[in-house]
Amino acid sequence: MTAPTYTTVPGASRMRRGRMSTMRKQDSRAALLFISPWILGFLIFTAWPVIYSAYLSLTDYDVINSPNFIGLDNYRELLVDPKIAASLWNTFFYTVIQVPLYVIVSLAFALLLNRAGRSSGFFRTAFFLPKMTPPVAVGILLLLLFNGQSGLINTVLGWFGITGPAWTTDPNWVKPGLILISLWSVGGSVIILLAALRNVPAELYDSARVDGANWWQQTMKVTVPMISGSIFFIFVVNSIAAFQTFSEAYTAYFGSGNTTYSNDAALFYAIYLFQQAFQYLHMGYASAMAWILFVIILVITLIQMKVSKRFVYLEGDQQ
Amino acid sequence: MPRVNAEAFSAARTAARPPARTGLRWLTGVAVAALLLSSCAKGVSDTPEPSDSEYGPNAQISGQLQVMGFGAGDEIATTRLDLAKKAVSPATVKLVEGDLDVQQFLSAVASGKPPAIVYANRDQIGTFASRGAIISLDKCIAGEAIAMADFNEAAVAQVTFNGKVYGIPEFNQVQVTQANGDLLKKAGLTIDDVNGSDWDKLAMANEKLAKTEKGKIKTIGYDPKMPEFLPLWAKANGVDMISADGKTAQLNDPKVVQALEFAVNLYKAQGGFGKVKAYRDSADFFGAKNQFATNTLGAMPMEQWYINVLNDVSPDAPMAFDTYRTPQSEPLAFASGSAWAIPKGSASAAGACRLAKTMTMVDSWMAAAKVRADKRAAEKKPFTGVLTGNKTADAQIKTLVKPSGDSKWDSGVAAAYEANEHTFALPANPADAEFKSAWQDAVNRVLNGQQQPQAAMDQAQKEAQAALDKAWANLKDE
Repeated sequence: MTAPTYTTVPGASRMRRGRMSTMRKQDSRAALLFISPWILGFLIFTAWPVIYSAYLSLTDYDVINSPNFIGLDNYRELLVDPKIAASLWNTFFYTVIQVPLYVIVSLAFALLLNRAGRSSGFFRTAFFLPKMTPPVAVGILLLLLFNGQSGLINTVLGWFGITGPAWTTDPNWVKPGLILISLWSVGGSVIILLAALRNVPAELYDSARVDGANWWQQTMKVTVPMISGSIFFIFVVNSIAAFQTFSEAYTAYFGSGNTTYSNDAALFYAIYLFQQAFQYLHMGYASAMAWILFVIILVITLIQMKVSKRFVYLEGDQQ
Repeated sequence: MPRVNAEAFSAARTAARPPARTGLRWLTGVAVAALLLSSCAKGVSDTPEPSDSEYGPNAQISGQLQVMGFGAGDEIATTRLDLAKKAVSPATVKLVEGDLDVQQFLSAVASGKPPAIVYANRDQIGTFASRGAIISLDKCIAGEAIAMADFNEAAVAQVTFNGKVYGIPEFNQVQVTQANGDLLKKAGLTIDDVNGSDWDKLAMANEKLAKTEKGKIKTIGYDPKMPEFLPLWAKANGVDMISADGKTAQLNDPKVVQALEFAVNLYKAQGGFGKVKAYRDSADFFGAKNQFATNTLGAMPMEQWYINVLNDVSPDAPMAFDTYRTPQSEPLAFASGSAWAIPKGSASAAGACRLAKTMTMVDSWMAAAKVRADKRAAEKKPFTGVLTGNKTADAQIKTLVKPSGDSKWDSGVAAAYEANEHTFALPANPADAEFKSAWQDAVNRVLNGQQQPQAAMDQAQKEAQAALDKAWANLKDE
């Protein structure tokens, strides 16, 4: 059998490639035109300030006078500033305890809501409502609920014969108080996990039941693996938020309600950064602090992404 | 992968491939970026200051005067503002109300579009002046013939930086001893036991007045109001927390440490600062069920404006007043207040100067005080005076204060006026925020049980002095 032969018109292939290239260019232009508002916004309001802050981190800048280039002096000063170490320790402590607790509580509420049946709509709204509370109000709420003398928490503990601690002044209890009050806004994560729970195929539970799995085994062997993508998302997003935690602690311990009282135990990295930038007008130093925080968050997020490949099931991920 | 996508990917990669002279282009790009970046932050050093001729009665004032940081919230403000508006006419006045947003103000100055005039706390003036954000008012004072001798000396000292006046003072907050007369009487005490004139007596009075039940505070004996009033306690003990030239911190002076130890021990005798603060935080400070009205606070030093609050919300509270006194029985008060300042690059420095003068002149204060006194009379409430930061105005306004028929409130007003004549303030310095943070954080560490007073103040001294040295050095460089 002889192989068929094709006659090619000289230059036809080149012309076809040329036409396709023109079409691609037109498509690209149209696409760029449509996304240009976002690109412009991103360049002006995000990329440029980020780049500019990198430059400022190498300067001595007080907002008023022109930045004075000082090389890596700000970064060197960061290494010897005891408040950097203290604020980083506070931030790590908060993150390490708060993030897993937040995820566990979110999951627990989502599992409960998943069993709520017809009334789940009401509870979904009820759980989400606290999320709408402004963080400043949550900071004030913290001072009221955790007041060592007359707060609700210590009053309830008193019913069981427990003398509650001085949550808002004892340095050992300030961070636990802030961690507990952060659970006030758990509603958003509950809704995300609830949506994930609704997507777990019922037949998997049927199979598990046939195999004799109890509720706990079904939860750990079916539910958690199947919604691990959502759990991971909440874990990553909440880790980033925890490293940047600011509003509640600032309001309760450094803000206008406490013009002179402060507590070192609540001095998170973002609060110290804010103080350097806006109280002391050390904008260059604050920019260097911001870049260090960025690098820390980036490294931790990359580690989380790497580790997640071993534990997280993502629907549609064929590997 | 579909062929078309592969081609597009390939084309994109080709387009993205760096040409041979990429290094040079990158270098150029970096250089341009550096130029752009460095030109982006605009300084204020090129802005010219107004000349002498721009100030004074013949100054041409027009356009709109933007005022930042001032709120026309009551009759004392609106009456004077109306007079100021007339004084700067035909120019108009526009208020950017609310407390001064430092970041907003400094950004406005840096961008070359500052407000015409700014209303700031007096302790911010040194920082603004050192950074060149506001201008010296020496020419304004001379041109408009502002009678600086009328002003309270401590207030003027607070707005004087490096020998030049940078602000026109306004208002004076002073502390007076405020106590619950019934509780004092029950404990066999008098106001003299809690006015600070004898620290041993004060410590004993504190223990007599304090009441605790099952580990919970029921009555605070004496609240020395830490950390905010440490400068008052230190001064009463004979030392300033910073040198008169604003260059040397004196935070670990033995007398400062002794004052702090004394105040902390007052809290310790009541179960610790944590308990006192928690109890204080749960009180209805501005309401009818305040701590004095509910007999849950023995005494404390507090600013004079709180007398007005108490008189308004709980006129029957069993109050007793005196000045805060030193161990030598001399009245003493740590003054604070506001000031008018003119930003560098102000579009109308002459108008701003006229406005500052009119807002703080004796006639304006008197006009405002009369409106206030009439209003209080209509409400059948006593007029308790106004502390203006202007001695002459204070003396004239005092003549409007009449006996109310209730001696306790009259004694409060008298104590406030007496305290107003015995004030001190911390001098202006270029690192006020850092200085303040250093000592307040130190006091808080002691109150929270993290450090002993000596160690805390040693650390504060180190931090504050480093900040002061750096700020003054930067000033010399400029």
